[in-house]
Amino acid sequence: MKKLALLAGTALALAVGAVSGASAADKLKACWVYTGPIGDFGYSYQHDQGRLAVEKELGDKVETAYVENVAEGPDAERVFERFAREGCGIVFGTSFGFMDPELKVAKKFPDVKFEHATGYKSAPNMGLYNARFYEGRYILGQIAAKESKKALAGYIVSFPIPEVVMGINAFMLGAQSINPDFKIKIVWVNSWFDPGKEADAAKALFDQGADIVVQHTDSTAAIQVAEERGLKGFGQSSDMIKFAPKAQMSAIVDDWGPHYIKSVKAVLDGTWKAGDVWEGIKDGTVHMADYANMSDETKKLAEETEAKIVGGWNPFTGPIADQDGKERYAAGVVAPDGDLLGMNWYVKGVDDKLPQ
Amino acid sequence: MLEAIILTIITAATPLLLAAIGELVAEKSGVLNLGVEGMMVMGAVAGFAVTVSTGSPLMGVVGGAVAGVLVSLIFAFVTLTLVANQVASGLALTLFGLGLSGLLGESFVGQPGIKLASLDIPGLTTLPVVGKIVFGQDILVYLSFAAVFGVAWFLNRTRAGLILRAVGDNHASAHALGYSVIGVRYLAVMFGGAMAGLGGAYMSIAYTPLWVENMTAGRGWIALALVVFASWMPWRAVIGAYLFGAVTVLQFHAQALGIGFPPQFLSMLPYLATVIVLVAISGNRRATLFNTPSSLGKSFVPDR
Repeated sequence: MKKLALLAGTALALAVGAVSGASAADKLKACWVYTGPIGDFGYSYQHDQGRLAVEKELGDKVETAYVENVAEGPDAERVFERFAREGCGIVFGTSFGFMDPELKVAKKFPDVKFEHATGYKSAPNMGLYNARFYEGRYILGQIAAKESKKALAGYIVSFPIPEVVMGINAFMLGAQSINPDFKIKIVWVNSWFDPGKEADAAKALFDQGADIVVQHTDSTAAIQVAEERGLKGFGQSSDMIKFAPKAQMSAIVDDWGPHYIKSVKAVLDGTWKAGDVWEGIKDGTVHMADYANMSDETKKLAEETEAKIVGGWNPFTGPIADQDGKERYAAGVVAPDGDLLGMNWYVKGVDDKLPQ
Repeated sequence: MLEAIILTIITAATPLLLAAIGELVAEKSGVLNLGVEGMMVMGAVAGFAVTVSTGSPLMGVVGGAVAGVLVSLIFAFVTLTLVANQVASGLALTLFGLGLSGLLGESFVGQPGIKLASLDIPGLTTLPVVGKIVFGQDILVYLSFAAVFGVAWFLNRTRAGLILRAVGDNHASAHALGYSVIGVRYLAVMFGGAMAGLGGAYMSIAYTPLWVENMTAGRGWIALALVVFASWMPWRAVIGAYLFGAVTVLQFHAQALGIGFPPQFLSMLPYLATVIVLVAISGNRRATLFNTPSSLGKSFVPDR
């Protein structure tokens, strides 16, 4: 049934995309593939804000098209292929799960340029871009450890992919830098987007004693539960302070606009090359929503850490040991980007068993 | 802790129960409406929009039901008056509802909603253990149970209910006896629409007071499955909805406790449990066949 719903969603999305993609041949056509609805007020919404920024910046030199609600996995191939056939000059695949289908289509259409977000496979005509969300998550970890009265946070996650595992680890490293005994409880909802389940997961975590909730899912449901219960949490992808004026301490906000503008401009100038960009707080791709609902001391600490990260410090700097106590990075060693992007182990202190 | 878990289960089960009980009536009249998801999501967007615009969640509840009815009327017109295929039309209705709700709801994305108030009776709601569970729910939770009792009574104890079942079991005979098959089915489909709309409104006003596209996330399909699970008996729909809700919520608790089971397996449990119970209760094939509306999904054209 779920599959059917997804299929239905894809079919619908195709129809929507077709409408928004009315074309004029002389312009550069830039196309986006989103995994969620642009109305999710989270991950896909932020990507679409980036698309709108491109339209605003480059005006009539480009036209844009998008397809939303595309299921991750082999099914996405059709969407990429259709975009390639329809004359898109550059296609952005915005979610990890599009990696293989996008790569397959990129190989089939060498003249079309592709960019894939948050993945690790590339081709001469398929570049990679990503945001260093983990920088923000490290700060969230520090805030949580400072503000939690129970030294326990609940962590709502979607799927066990490197991006998510990296986030959990960064959060834990941040928390442990304040309180080495800080604990998290992890709940996987196996969905990027199901507000009801996210709310249920948040309730379960609070019922089991957590007083702060962190999420790596897209809707505002979890932080609203925190607001209702008088507890704390963090927003995800966009600033959710309106939904939780007393509960949101900060949020990791994605701002893809600058990157998209840069890439589309490069295609227009003929200077585009398949790159591998990974930008963070310093570049403005990741920015932290206003620090609120916390003590002045915590706020100061968060700002200092943010400044340190902008200054070039990487939260994944050793010594870092994994769950079994094995040293992964010696003191002073910075984890290489490649390791982070393929991260499939937890740092010491995470009690969960990583689903494989 | 137990109280908190039960409260969460009630929230998870209510939208399913509301939508399922509506679809049950529609199917009992012989109409298979696969558009439950579409009607639900329209109820969700309308409920949210009316709540935010008027400042009254109660008006939102009414708005959700009205939206559900309006969308169901499209389906009724296409399948009953124009005699189109019910399965195809139902699927189309789901696509239509998902698309239209996204369009209508665009300006409401990112706006905080208002939560439907819960009952608060001094002395009763504060009772230990049962207080909040029995006397501290919102109106839609009570309505979902009232609907179960009402529908059970209506189908089994009233003349009108008998006619509705007759229409669903053998529309030709019902027609020969002088009953308006199309009229009865219109009403049943509209009831289904209203209940699905309420289920959707529950999502956007009570469960998670927010609007985002596709926020029903497949619950309409679960509700459809629950009708079969219930073998068209209202009280069994309660069991189905609460079983599904309970397993969903409990698996989150199991994860948070860190029992070390693969979460993918735990996520599968609600579906698995539902299938197992379905197999167990359909052991009695005759009873199941007896309850299945024989004209389900078949179009009817009055011959005179």
